[in-house]
Amino acid sequence: MGHVTNNSVSVQAVETAAGEGHNILRAYLVLGFFVVVSLWSFSVDTRYIYLSAYLWFGFIYGMALQYGRFCMASAIRDLFAVGVPRMAVGIMIAIVLFSLVAAYVMAVGKSTFHASPIGLYSVIGGLVFGVGMVFTGGCASGSLYKTGEGSIAALLVVLSLSFTQAIFVDLGGWLNQLVPAAWTASAAAKNLPASLTPTDGWYDQFTAGYIWDLPARTIGEMAQFSNPFVTAFVGNSLINSFLPAVVILALIYVRWYRRGYLRDKSIVYRGWRTELGGYWSMITASKRTAIAGLVLGVAAGLHMWVMQGLQQHFGILNAGELLKAMGHTSGLSIQDTVFDPGYFYITTQEAQGAAWVLDKLGVNEMGNIFFGLDNGLPNPILNPVLWMSFALIGGSAVMALLNNEFKLKWPSAEIATWAVFGGILMGLGARIGLGCNIGAFFATVTNGDPSGWLFGLGMTVGGFIGVKFFNWWIERKMAKEVVGLEL
Amino acid sequence: MAVKFEKVSDGTYMLDVQGYVCPHPQLYTKKAMEKLKHGEVLELVFDNPSSGESIIAMCQTDGNEIVEQTRQTSNAMRWRIRKG
Repeated sequence: MGHVTNNSVSVQAVETAAGEGHNILRAYLVLGFFVVVSLWSFSVDTRYIYLSAYLWFGFIYGMALQYGRFCMASAIRDLFAVGVPRMAVGIMIAIVLFSLVAAYVMAVGKSTFHASPIGLYSVIGGLVFGVGMVFTGGCASGSLYKTGEGSIAALLVVLSLSFTQAIFVDLGGWLNQLVPAAWTASAAAKNLPASLTPTDGWYDQFTAGYIWDLPARTIGEMAQFSNPFVTAFVGNSLINSFLPAVVILALIYVRWYRRGYLRDKSIVYRGWRTELGGYWSMITASKRTAIAGLVLGVAAGLHMWVMQGLQQHFGILNAGELLKAMGHTSGLSIQDTVFDPGYFYITTQEAQGAAWVLDKLGVNEMGNIFFGLDNGLPNPILNPVLWMSFALIGGSAVMALLNNEFKLKWPSAEIATWAVFGGILMGLGARIGLGCNIGAFFATVTNGDPSGWLFGLGMTVGGFIGVKFFNWWIERKMAKEVVGLEL
Repeated sequence: MAVKFEKVSDGTYMLDVQGYVCPHPQLYTKKAMEKLKHGEVLELVFDNPSSGESIIAMCQTDGNEIVEQTRQTSNAMRWRIRKG
């Protein structure tokens, strides 16, 4: 039994030493599994180091996310639902740090980042995703790390959003009637292979007839600076990441933190100096979150550098080329590509995993642009980016086990329903928004891409709507079911 | 599995939200604390680690004090929160 006392809180842990020992052993087993995967694949073919690079960055992300309870659903929801700015602050810290590392990586020509098109779709996708993530209780990355903590509800979210994406990108039929004629005409004019049926299917026409026609540039590219360091550090990092983060933090301080800070009787109000002190106090309030933000930000930047370095080393632009060279041609797109963003990403590889299963069950998932032309459907065991997701769950499990926080939890019917329903909304939002809270927000705003802020705006509005609904739902449920709360 | 809320003794109430994931534990806690009077204590039992960080910050913001944090063998947390 351990016993720690600080100023106001007595912290007791009543686990037995044997229980802690079991958890450490389990943590080693999880770690050992990924070590074996890396070493074994490397022994088969050294080029599998590309897969291992994704895997170990995923592992680091999982550990950091679990340690900091890092979740964008929590960031938005806790602000609106319970007035807690902790996670929103942590995410802004991670954004600033990631943007600085990303700027350096981009300036020296080692970035794998490609800007997303700028358009209203980001706001709409973010909004649908935002509502969904409040319902499920976790964003795309949050649901993965919570799966690592043993939450079956979080696993349901992952499965729901994965299969929703896989089905949605292949849907035609009555959905075709919702496609604007201009999208159909534009998609038809692209002269894509007939096997992709580009004018049949809502998502195909959305992609080829709308998304591909939108401009896609970073702030640094728009500003047309001649020096790559100025482009990266001023255009991308300062203008698109640092300044917006500082402003958002100021808004959060004024709306959610200042009143509680000034309530402290030991603080003598001295104008702007006190306000700045409060601002800094908010940033450093949760060391755990700040540390996780720091690790995530730096790791995400280094991840791009490592992937670009490996691509240069192997003389490739996409992992599909590597798989083909190793004799794995099944599941490659018609361009011989697979999904290979070169940085932190969540939802597309999960869609691939679900679509691979559906494909094996007889559904032709390669007859669309998303899989057939762009991302392919490699066997999950050979899908390097999917290993990032597997390892993220593993890294989270290791951290949870080491902190005695792992617990296999089966959801009630109510929680499972929220998980599946919210997961469906997250899957739809992720496809419409071309990514999730990571791919369409975290990785974009930090690389100078303003489309990320549009997704973030939609996600915030969606989160607000979700919280309003949830507040009503819980009030109603408590009044009906929780006896004695009227006191 | 349902939320349990009951009076343990004079001035002490117990809220059990085991099995619930975010945002349920923090929302139930917030609403329960709003019902308590100054000085009364809520014994909160939950098993969703992520909610713990939010509840700590929520207590700081609302001026409530976490007087005891106990972790049980089932990896559930039992916290005593005094209404400020």
